[in-house]
Amino acid sequence: MEERKLSRIVWGARALLSFWTAIPCGGAELLFGGLKKHHVTLPIQSDTWDIRHLLVWIKQNLLQERPELFIQGDSVRPGILVLINDADWELMGELTYKLQNEDSITFISTLHGG
Amino acid sequence: MFAAVDTKHQDLLIQNLENILNKIKQNKTPLINESFQQFLNTKNGYLVSSLVSEFLEFFSLGFTLAVFQPGTGTQVHGPDRGNLAQDLGIVENENTRDGPLLLEVMKRCQNSNSREDGSSDSSLPVLHNLVTELPLLEAKTSLSNEAILRYSRQLVLPELGVKGQLNLSKSSVLIVGCGGLGCPLAQYLAAAGIGRLGLLDYDVVEINNLHRQVLHGENRQGIPKSLSAATALKQLNSGVEYICYNLILTPKIALELIQQYDIIADCSDNVPTRYLVNDACVLTGKPLVSASALRMEGQLTVYNYHGSPCYRCLFPVPPPAETVTNCSDGGVLGVVPGIMGCLQALEVLKIASGLGTSFGQFMLMFDALEGRFRNIRLRPKNQNCAVCGANPTIRVLQDYEAFCGSSASDKCRTLHLLSKEERISAQEYKKILDEQVPHLLVDVRPPVEVDICHLPHSIYITLDKLERKNLDCLNHLNRKLLEGKQITDEEMSFPVYVICKLGNDSQKAVKILQELSGKELGVLLAKDITGGLMAWSNKVDPTFPQY
Repeated sequence: MEERKLSRIVWGARALLSFWTAIPCGGAELLFGGLKKHHVTLPIQSDTWDIRHLLVWIKQNLLQERPELFIQGDSVRPGILVLINDADWELMGELTYKLQNEDSITFISTLHGG
Repeated sequence: MFAAVDTKHQDLLIQNLENILNKIKQNKTPLINESFQQFLNTKNGYLVSSLVSEFLEFFSLGFTLAVFQPGTGTQVHGPDRGNLAQDLGIVENENTRDGPLLLEVMKRCQNSNSREDGSSDSSLPVLHNLVTELPLLEAKTSLSNEAILRYSRQLVLPELGVKGQLNLSKSSVLIVGCGGLGCPLAQYLAAAGIGRLGLLDYDVVEINNLHRQVLHGENRQGIPKSLSAATALKQLNSGVEYICYNLILTPKIALELIQQYDIIADCSDNVPTRYLVNDACVLTGKPLVSASALRMEGQLTVYNYHGSPCYRCLFPVPPPAETVTNCSDGGVLGVVPGIMGCLQALEVLKIASGLGTSFGQFMLMFDALEGRFRNIRLRPKNQNCAVCGANPTIRVLQDYEAFCGSSASDKCRTLHLLSKEERISAQEYKKILDEQVPHLLVDVRPPVEVDICHLPHSIYITLDKLERKNLDCLNHLNRKLLEGKQITDEEMSFPVYVICKLGNDSQKAVKILQELSGKELGVLLAKDITGGLMAWSNKVDPTFPQY
């Protein structure tokens, strides 16, 4: 009982979300209410917070318009790279990565100009 | 020498055509011939007849086009030489303007023949319109005294040394795209003494390139970029071999071209080309030094080198076409691709000299606004990758434009969302203005573009605010509609014209206004202005700026 409570507090984690690269139609900043960086405190939930949950949460709480420019299905759309503490999320288990307190999650959309 | 040959060509052509003309004059039967008519209706037929007419007009031979268009019997408006030259891919310069275009076509045939003989003038960069087999680079075993002096400041670096410099001189690098990344990259590679530089670009130099494409110059506008770059590089280091390719990289030629080079640098500006270059590099086993830049950001990675992942390992699926921004829409600060191109040069030089790269499984990201570089650890090579994995499904090059749903250039796409009746031309709008027909003009561009130029009587509502049905904007628009309706019939749908830069966003805006009409907004009749403000500048007001 005691342990479960503790883990629930931990999973109401603080995380830093950054949206590095502009997404068209005014940029990712615009999609996320004009801010590139969001320090968020995720609500306590019985399940652990993983990236899959985080994406749903972002869609419901931060995305103000045109979610298809960011999310496709239950993952990010093609052309967006997700970083967990400066490493490619594929090295960390992608959607199943369990968020730790003070994690930094970055979303980069690839550039093609030259 | 050329002048003498030219006169000979001209004489020969004139003689031949006069002979033909005389025969035509003698021939009393009408020249209506079905296969001839059919030929004239084809694109090549049109080009040939235009070339002949232009030839005759050039020498004022007073010939009527009735021969080609029996039935008209009168001189029709002659071909526009500028358009014809463009159709034929001829870039006019002082030399070409001295003669008819037919002569230029002939010279090109002869040039490509003589190039195969290897007898072309080696002091000028040669422009290739096709991929040819290059001779192997000469492998030098020692540095000349000139080379020692020239490269002394880098030769004394223990990391490079004589061995590294010799390695550079033995290396060939293909630069795909001579733009904002390609220019500084080529400049540093040439300066450092790379052996051979392939310069590929399908485009010509335009004035709006010069803020970032720093090898070109004002006096080389209209010249193919590959040639312009080589001209500048030749002045910097004439010891490097420059091969200019004035062509689009297509799946048909990519393998043949890329296999002739040791290292490939992707400096392109569009998604299909990035996948094409990647796949061709994997299939030919070449390292790919790839960079990109937009607005105030840049990215750099080295793909397919000593077991590092390829572009497809990272991005197996291309991004939706509507999420890709090009430099002309998104803008770019010139120095940003400059920095990324220099970093690309650094990695190419490290690979060519034998030092290896630092970005094999890393992506370097540059945020110019915050002055921050970030180095991201990437996933390893994907064993299931469609092109570089254990069981690849891509063994030949594909149709990359279809795969990406976009074209292999960064030119703006033209949307066709509206019918003809829902659009008016810039000239028609000018008439509406002149006749003082009551209407509203809505400019839907972002404020930063409105600051550059605008029509003074417009009201400004950005497309994204319209898409979001921003209440303030709708109220503003409604107030303006009411004001307008006071002077017209209130029952009538009030005309609203929408304008943007090129006539794409304005179509989207008309679609939204049509939905809102009679609901959130008063009854209105929305149309857009085809070609936007750039058409206004081209067709109506030449003093209006272009950007």
